[in-house]
Amino acid sequence: MTMELYLLTIHEARDLLDRKEIRAQELTEAVLQRIEALEPRIHAYVTLTPEEAMEQARLADQRIQRGESRPLLGIPLALKDLLCTKGVKTTCCSKILENFVPPYDATVVKRLRDEGAVFLGKTNMDEFAMGSSTEHSAFGPTRNPWDLERIPGGSSGGSAAAVSADECLGALGSDTGGSIRQPAACCGIVGLKPTYGRVSRYGLVAFASSLDQIGPMTKDVEDCALLLQAIAGHDPLDSTSVPTPVPDYRSFLREDLTGMRIGRVEDLPHEGVNPSVLKAVEESVKILVSLGAEEIPVRLPHYAYGIACYYLVAPAEASSNLARYDGVKYGFRCGESEGLLEMYLCSRSLGFGTEVKRRIMLGTYALSAGYYEAYYKKACQVRTLLIQDFREAFEQCDVIALPTAPTAAFRLGEKLDDPLQMYLSDLFTIPVNMAGLPGISIPCGFDEQGLPLGLQLVAGHFQEGNLLRAAYAFESASGLRHRRPPL
Amino acid sequence: MKIQRSDVQHVAELARLRFDEEELERFTKQLNDILTFMEKLNELDTFHVPPTTHAMELSNVFRQDRIRESLLQEQALANAPRSAQGSFQVPRVIE
Repeated sequence: MTMELYLLTIHEARDLLDRKEIRAQELTEAVLQRIEALEPRIHAYVTLTPEEAMEQARLADQRIQRGESRPLLGIPLALKDLLCTKGVKTTCCSKILENFVPPYDATVVKRLRDEGAVFLGKTNMDEFAMGSSTEHSAFGPTRNPWDLERIPGGSSGGSAAAVSADECLGALGSDTGGSIRQPAACCGIVGLKPTYGRVSRYGLVAFASSLDQIGPMTKDVEDCALLLQAIAGHDPLDSTSVPTPVPDYRSFLREDLTGMRIGRVEDLPHEGVNPSVLKAVEESVKILVSLGAEEIPVRLPHYAYGIACYYLVAPAEASSNLARYDGVKYGFRCGESEGLLEMYLCSRSLGFGTEVKRRIMLGTYALSAGYYEAYYKKACQVRTLLIQDFREAFEQCDVIALPTAPTAAFRLGEKLDDPLQMYLSDLFTIPVNMAGLPGISIPCGFDEQGLPLGLQLVAGHFQEGNLLRAAYAFESASGLRHRRPPL
Repeated sequence: MKIQRSDVQHVAELARLRFDEEELERFTKQLNDILTFMEKLNELDTFHVPPTTHAMELSNVFRQDRIRESLLQEQALANAPRSAQGSFQVPRVIE
């Protein structure tokens, strides 16, 4: 049985662990063997911690033996490599942080650690989470388990591929403009970006602070609820985390949607969108209606402006956040013999990769004297319009149904030389971050090439329960729960 | 052209980044493409629209000024590229 344990979901493993039919050590060993077998092809991880994982599993088994039962006790998980892990390298897949070993845990990591979760290692990502394909990693790309010649999406592509290929039972990612939902869609898994402020960002290496959120990436919706439960809640260490009480997310998992109003967007942008994506979403809305939901036409007239808005706001915030990488307190340093200015120039120019530099440049330009009003301020005004659109739509419906991404996973290298084309992959996910709303991506079918497609559901602030309810019912009815890539 | 090569050079200096000739060329082209795309925003009349910099309405968050556990000096210095006598060591700043 040991060999197959990696196939389990979190809640399935929980039942077997609690019934003492399996041990956390067996489970962890099975997943570690799976990782060893697949990593040469997938490259989902940049750091593996097998010894620590086995020790954590041993301790979990002791707690289980003593009769303790917690949802994540003894469950092997993966962490995106921008979540600080005490004593374990946290690189953001950047040369500038290649040797950075955090002296503390991110709040989400500490919470999972206290729950007794087992940490397998750190997953690959676009450098500083800037990208939609995981190709902008300083340590080489991750491959999509559904087609090894394709990208897994990004920036949380390592986490998505690891979940999809059963190289972990669940993972954490982060989402600034779609970085949880888009890779979840590309790899055929479930990914949820919580409401801004629902999950503490303490110990998450900052990209764009008004947009970043950490969230779960899992094999099914029930696991998603479990993992969200463990990380959600107020944290005094993050002044933007919100003290709104956290509901019991599992209580929302029902198979009936009576009374729920599903918003179907009438004026969805469709330029560059694969027709099979639009068709899959249309079919998905029909399934939701068949489960008792009411379909309500809504309009989001500024949606198509999201990308231009985001690619000013996010780089502006990033250019400020990434000013801290100066070669002084941590990170890569060079050029010091030529003086301080040369040390800054050398450390930053050799330490950052091309996409990160491109965004720092864009952000610095948008914030610089003479351009601030025309670019940054304009984008912030358009952000207000995007928020107003959602506010009006949510007066009429509870959950909005959209595609997650305009196409299925594209080929490695396909958009690498054309940054603007790469940015367009975030068309449907970006406005959700701009408005701080929760969004989930769940598998909703396949394109003509057999590649997974994602349905994105969006709800009002702190309405993760509604998202999980709709997602769970959809997952059960669609027969698409936890489909596996042909590996 | 929205920006010239000299503008890119200037922004690079502000951002403490340095590019070689080829990179400067490529960045000038790419940033022009991207900024041209941003022009799309000017289709919208936002004269009376207030800017949003943060999606959630939060007022100032305060806490008690109490001493809490913090990093030890050696932990804080552990990732420093260079340190000496309990301090971060940097090149001479004042001549």
